[in-house]
Amino acid sequence: MTVFKHEMRLSWKSLLIWSLSIAALMVVCVLLFPEMRGEMEGVSEIFSSMGSFTAAFGMDKLNFGTFIGFYGIECGNILGLGGAFFAALTGIAMLSKEEAGHTAEFLLTHPVSRRRIAAGKLTALLTQVLLLDLLAFAGGILSGLCIGEALPWKELLLLHTAYLLLHLETAALCFGLSAVLRRSAIGLGMGLSLLFYCLNLLANITEKAGWLKYFTPFSYAESADILSELTLDLSLILLGLLASAAAVLAGFLIYDRKDIL
Amino acid sequence: MHAIEIRGLTKAYGKARGVQSIDLTVESGAFFGFIGPNGAGKSTTIRCLLGLLEPTSGEVRLFGQPVDRRSRAALLRRVGFMPGEAVFHSGLRVREVLQLSANLRGVDCTAEADALCQRLQLDRNKKIEALSLGNRKKVSIVCALQHRPDLYIFDEPTSGLDPLMQRAFFELLQERQAAGATVFLSSHVLSEIQRHCTQAAIIREGRIIACAPVETLARTSARRVSLHGVSQAPDLPGIRDIRPLPDGVSFLYSGGLRPLTAELAALELADLTITEPDLEEIFLHYYADPAPTKGDLAL
Repeated sequence: MTVFKHEMRLSWKSLLIWSLSIAALMVVCVLLFPEMRGEMEGVSEIFSSMGSFTAAFGMDKLNFGTFIGFYGIECGNILGLGGAFFAALTGIAMLSKEEAGHTAEFLLTHPVSRRRIAAGKLTALLTQVLLLDLLAFAGGILSGLCIGEALPWKELLLLHTAYLLLHLETAALCFGLSAVLRRSAIGLGMGLSLLFYCLNLLANITEKAGWLKYFTPFSYAESADILSELTLDLSLILLGLLASAAAVLAGFLIYDRKDIL
Repeated sequence: MHAIEIRGLTKAYGKARGVQSIDLTVESGAFFGFIGPNGAGKSTTIRCLLGLLEPTSGEVRLFGQPVDRRSRAALLRRVGFMPGEAVFHSGLRVREVLQLSANLRGVDCTAEADALCQRLQLDRNKKIEALSLGNRKKVSIVCALQHRPDLYIFDEPTSGLDPLMQRAFFELLQERQAAGATVFLSSHVLSEIQRHCTQAAIIREGRIIACAPVETLARTSARRVSLHGVSQAPDLPGIRDIRPLPDGVSFLYSGGLRPLTAELAALELADLTITEPDLEEIFLHYYADPAPTKGDLAL
């Protein structure tokens, strides 16, 4: 509990900045929607006839002219990618930052087992991701109410659940990775989340690259699929949960045996 | 009872030298100095003691119990450690760091922390990043002392502390030792080991080259001879470390006195002093020779 509280105290500022930035961007997008609704009718047609570009962003399945279609594309990209960045950056630093910041000799010479320290840090990481997603969800809902839309709750809940799972998985994978690192690896975290994002784009473009969807958590957070199927792809999510559990477990085992230099 | 027991400890990692088959025993209640130049393996040894590093081979025991993944957290309850680098999480205030350390130990040591901060003149309301090195060192000291452990381990504790604070620090340690605790400190400053420690080990290039009571380490048949009024040292076997003086010459001499006095009698001396070399000189001697074998105390 001490480690958890300590982590939260150290990172609440960065969490607040990320959450507010993402939520604010989403609010601005939603507030722009009424003005764009009329124009969107035409835009949807253009967007739906741009071949692989259309497919990459799932715009062949989404209707830009409806609120939820617009929300799925805009907020899907802002929250999906933005949150994944936050989850990756926070996760990849979680265990390695003590050595990178030369605080490991202080923290790890207290009578707390490495497993408990890792558990406290993991809890803090997942809590931060959850808080970011909750704030973003609140921003989306409130701004939707502001522009007087009748909110399609089922769709919104499905979308945000998928984004949350995407972020939790990204955080868990990076947490596992941070157990083997000794330096801060911001670039690696950013790169990894971008890579996941691009793998999903590729998987959308051609059937041939479809198998790539098994290697990126973005595949089950695809707004177009969720809104057209009105369900989440449970097999992909299960795969993601398994990968997350494996990464976390490996992280714990490695950290317990790690030489602290 | 041994507070610390190291048997055949070898730790090799990466390009760093690490340590090789180290044996070291520190009795309960001892004030033990661990001397060696930078990079000799002092910190590696200490990190193995604390369970931060896993030995490549050999065994490390604290209070008679082996230090391993399972036992280290429980053993650290009885240890107060001051790292060589006094670095803390930035953004915190001194009182928050002290509180964090106490919380991680699950003990309330507010009263002790208050007393220590007062003695060391440490302002608890300052932010960590606003502190000088010396003041961050003080935070480290309070963290190591506030829970009154049985064993204190310090890695180069005095660097960055002004002389007054060094004195306050050693006074504190002596009080703790008098109350029954064991003190283990590493240093490359010999005078402080000579002044405060009862036992010492010398480490060089990853190996312990001497381990004995400080008096024994300092006791040697060698003498520092300073001649004034002549510029050349006599040509005798057993003379080494010849240094020029403004008005003469000085050297270390180990050997019989008769040949020396015979040589000196023939010289036109203005003045002459013969003293015991201090530990510093003995220490340099250990380092100057190409790796003397362990236990080679005959100087």
